[in-house]
Amino acid sequence: MKIRFFPILAHVLAIIAVAPLLWILISALKPAEDVFNFGWPSTWTLDNLQYVLLKIPMPRFMLNSAIVAVTVTVIALFFHSMAAYALARLRFPGRGIIFSGIMSTLLVSLPVILVPLFLVAKQLGLLDSYAGLIVPSIFHAFGIFLLRQYYLNIPRELEEAADLDGCGYWRRYWSVILPLSRPVLASLSVLFFLANWNAFLWPLTITRNPDLRVIQLGVSGMQGQYASAWNLILAAAVIAAVPTVVVFVAGQRRLVDAMKTTGLK
Amino acid sequence: MARTRAKPKAGMTRKRREALAAYAFLAPDTIGLLIFVAIPMVLAFGVAFFKVDGFGNYQYVGLANYKLMAGDDQLWASLKVTAIYVVTFVPIAFVVSFALAMLVRNHFKGIGWVRSAFFLPNVVSLVVVGLIWQFLLVDKRGALSKILAPVGLGDVSFLGTPSLALGTYVVISVWFLMGYQMLVFLAGLKDVPKELEDAAQIDGAGSWQRFRYVIWPLLRPTSFFVVVNSTIGAVTGLQAFDLVFVLTKGGPARATSTVVLYIYEQAFTFNNMGYAAALTTVVVAILVVCTGLMFGFTRGGRFDEN
Repeated sequence: MKIRFFPILAHVLAIIAVAPLLWILISALKPAEDVFNFGWPSTWTLDNLQYVLLKIPMPRFMLNSAIVAVTVTVIALFFHSMAAYALARLRFPGRGIIFSGIMSTLLVSLPVILVPLFLVAKQLGLLDSYAGLIVPSIFHAFGIFLLRQYYLNIPRELEEAADLDGCGYWRRYWSVILPLSRPVLASLSVLFFLANWNAFLWPLTITRNPDLRVIQLGVSGMQGQYASAWNLILAAAVIAAVPTVVVFVAGQRRLVDAMKTTGLK
Repeated sequence: MARTRAKPKAGMTRKRREALAAYAFLAPDTIGLLIFVAIPMVLAFGVAFFKVDGFGNYQYVGLANYKLMAGDDQLWASLKVTAIYVVTFVPIAFVVSFALAMLVRNHFKGIGWVRSAFFLPNVVSLVVVGLIWQFLLVDKRGALSKILAPVGLGDVSFLGTPSLALGTYVVISVWFLMGYQMLVFLAGLKDVPKELEDAAQIDGAGSWQRFRYVIWPLLRPTSFFVVVNSTIGAVTGLQAFDLVFVLTKGGPARATSTVVLYIYEQAFTFNNMGYAAALTTVVVAILVVCTGLMFGFTRGGRFDEN
């Protein structure tokens, strides 16, 4: 009885948890007049999706988001792994201070520094540019911390072998450590891509130019422009959400690994 | 140690080379974090003493921005909203996600899908989450109104009634975050040795006793992480901004105006950058005190009782 009850409860709750997402997906495929009708659509239609993709620069928004998310992910992982390598495996004066300095920035979330960060970005001429969307999003201690934890556990012998072969620090990092960290880099890339694809506050703050609008801005802009055209708003929401769900399903195990590691220590 | 002793002559240069390499490896991220996190952080304290207009002209005003706060009812209202949000959201999210973790802890058929299902809301952006719930909660026509109609709640306007809007926002936040926290708890639970539980069971401990005396104490570091994390998220996280911005814009009657939304409005709607910076410093102070208190009460989550 006990063994059977809890799994069934879990399944029921899981269905309730995803119901809103499924509901939106189904509603986006309904004709405009049906959108508030309860239940299955009388006819399935792709008109809403088509309209949003063709009449609104949705592809442009998606391209912008893709550019930003991919660039940030690649550069961030590169920089973070370099920093993490130094912190985990090299000895140098000031290591403790630099490490705690980097970690203390973890307490600072974007909304907290939004105003001064905007002023800094403005001074640097980053307003209304791809650089403005990309560069400030790269730097985050979270990735450094996670990679460092991972690098601490790589056996020293592997590096020593490379050392004996006459490799400098760069070669050791590039040819020994980086290839070994593929799994954790893959996990982090899923995480970083999702975070940047979903970013809203910073793009909202740093861009005015409609051509630089990222997908989340585009979708939230639908609210004002198409206030009661829920079929179109939902279609846009679905378009914004589909890539994240696909990335999640494809990289699920990796994402879960990364999440678990963050919770561990 | 062994390595340096093996090559005593190369000792000094090697040490120096290693240090130089380390600084080079650290340079990009450290400089980036300085420019885009540390300097803005410090700058907030400086800008707080200025009046900054929309054109970027700075005028020194001393403590005027701080004095302004005393009479700013909207600030106090938004601090109150944030406080209520934190003290309701953090415990509810904790209990819900912990319960989910216990529920999906042991293997059963379809567990993979169940875990993903709980996590899925967290994958979608807060903008989309906001739009989804706005749609589900459209007055009288939304899905929730229709579901609740048979029990006589069909006419309730969840987002349009000041007394209900904040509660609705809490529920949506929990739905968004529970899967993530569940995973964190699952990771913690994985560290609870099965033998300990088995031993307790042999000693005659029931499931509640095993939970109370074996699982719960061992989960304290994890619990601490979850509480700190969700508190910071609730006070100054993206969910305190993105979700409110899309869902209600702080309304109705400012019932959901969190303090970070208020700071944003001051800075970018009213162009009061200096005042916004001053508000930022206050929020940071509150956050530091909160985190410090939590750390103090729990000794960093270690709870070494003996």
